[in-house]
Amino acid sequence: MTDTPILQFVDVVKSFGAGVAEVYALRGVNLAVDPGEVIAVMGPSGCGKSTLLHLAGALETPSAGRVLVAGDDLAGLTLHQQAALRRRDVGYVFQRLNLVPSLTAVENVMLPLELDGVASRAARGVAIEAMHTVGLEQQLDRYPDDFSGGQQQRIAIARAIVGERRVLLADEPTGSLDTANADQVVELLATLPERFGTAVVLVTHEPRFASYADRIIFLRDGSIIDESSASDVPPSIEPLVGMLR
Amino acid sequence: MAVREGLLSLLSDGPRYGYQLKTQFEAATGGIWPLNVGQVYTTLDRLNRDGLVGELAAAAETETAQKSYELTAAGREALGAWWSTVPVDEPPPRDELMLKMLMAIDHGRDHALAVVTSHRTALLGLLQARRREARQQTAAGVTPPHDLLAAQLVHDALVVRAEADLRWLDLCESRLLASGQPDRTDGAASERSEPAGPTARPTPARRLTRKARR
Repeated sequence: MTDTPILQFVDVVKSFGAGVAEVYALRGVNLAVDPGEVIAVMGPSGCGKSTLLHLAGALETPSAGRVLVAGDDLAGLTLHQQAALRRRDVGYVFQRLNLVPSLTAVENVMLPLELDGVASRAARGVAIEAMHTVGLEQQLDRYPDDFSGGQQQRIAIARAIVGERRVLLADEPTGSLDTANADQVVELLATLPERFGTAVVLVTHEPRFASYADRIIFLRDGSIIDESSASDVPPSIEPLVGMLR
Repeated sequence: MAVREGLLSLLSDGPRYGYQLKTQFEAATGGIWPLNVGQVYTTLDRLNRDGLVGELAAAAETETAQKSYELTAAGREALGAWWSTVPVDEPPPRDELMLKMLMAIDHGRDHALAVVTSHRTALLGLLQARRREARQQTAAGVTPPHDLLAAQLVHDALVVRAEADLRWLDLCESRLLASGQPDRTDGAASERSEPAGPTARPTPARRLTRKARR
C-alpha cells in the first residue's frame, strides 16, 4: 500500500444543462480509494453512481472539483493523455458486454494493448495471461457469441485488467447475468486486489455483491450520505453477527 | 413453530427420553433455540394430557426409570396437519423494522430517510462481515462438516432476510423520495431524536475524512 490514493475525488461537482434546466448529478463528492481496495457504490436510480464512474474513467469532466488517478489531476491531461489513461491505468466493465463480435476472445483482450502500440505477438502473450486470470485460457480463439453471458463478462474483465491496470471501474457488471454467473463474476472481481493490487470500484444495486467490498458508499441526490465497512458493525447487532458465525 | 410441534416431529422417529428430546431439539434448530429440560417435560405433560403422546409402559411401571415417550395415533395426525399447514403472513407480522419505519415516516421525510440510511448501513456491514469470513474460510480450505447443516441453513436464512430487509429499505427510500413528502418543520421536529441506534455512527463527512488516505 502507498500513501497516495489510486483514485481520489476532491469536492467534485457534476451538473448537466444550464440555468433553470441545470441538473446536478454529483454535489461536492469527496472520496479516496486506496490501491487494492474494493469499493461498492450503491444508491437509488439517478443518484449519480454512473456519473461517478464516468468521471473516474475520464469519460466525462467535472463541473467543479478535481478527480485524480494515482495523484494526477485528470483535468491536467490532454485528450490524448486521457485516452492513454483509459488504455493503461483504468479499466472499465459495463453491464452490456461490449465485446467486438468479429474478434476472437483473445483478440478482444489484446485490443487495448494493440491500440496502445504494443506489438501483436507481445500483446497476445499478455492477453493470454489475462484470459488465464479469468479462467478462460482454454478458449482463446472462440468468438464472443460462442460464450455464455457470464463467460463474456469474464472476457470483458480480462480486457479491462490486461496490462496491469491499477483501477477497474465496474458499472453493474452483473446486470445481465443469472445469479450463478453473477456470483462468479463478482468473486473474480474481488480477487483482483489480492492478485494484482488492482483497486475495484463496483456500482451495484445488489447487497449480496456489495458485501464483497471493503467499503460500501451510498449516494443520494448526488451526495455521499453514508458508508459502511465490515469493521464498522455496530455493537447492537453484534449478537446477530455471532449467530451468523 | 412452538416447542410442542418440535417435540412431535422428533418423536415421529421413535420413542425418546426427555433429555434426548432437549438435545435433539437444540441440534435440529441449528443452536438458535436453547431449551430448558423443564420446558420439555412440561410440554410432554400437556401433549400426554391431550392424548398426542403416551408414556411407554415399561417406563411408567418404575418410578426411578427415565420416562420414555412415544407418539400416539392422534399425535401423528396432529403432526401431519402441522406439516401441511403453510404459514401465511395474515395479518402482517409486527416486524420491528417495518414498524420503526412507519413511525419514522410520521416524523417527516428527512427523519425517515435517516432511519433508512442508518439501518441499511448496519445491515450491509453485517453482510460484509459475513462475506469476509466466508472468503477467509474458503481460502483456508475450511469446509463445514455435514452435521452443521442446520446451523448453515440458519445462517443462510439470516443472510437472505438481511438482503430482503435491505431491498425493502431501498423501496422505502425510493417511495419517500418520489412522494415529495415534506419534512416536518414544526417544533416537534426539533425535539425528535435522530437515529442513534442501532448504528450510533459518526456523520458521513467525519468518517469520510477518517477514511480518506492522504
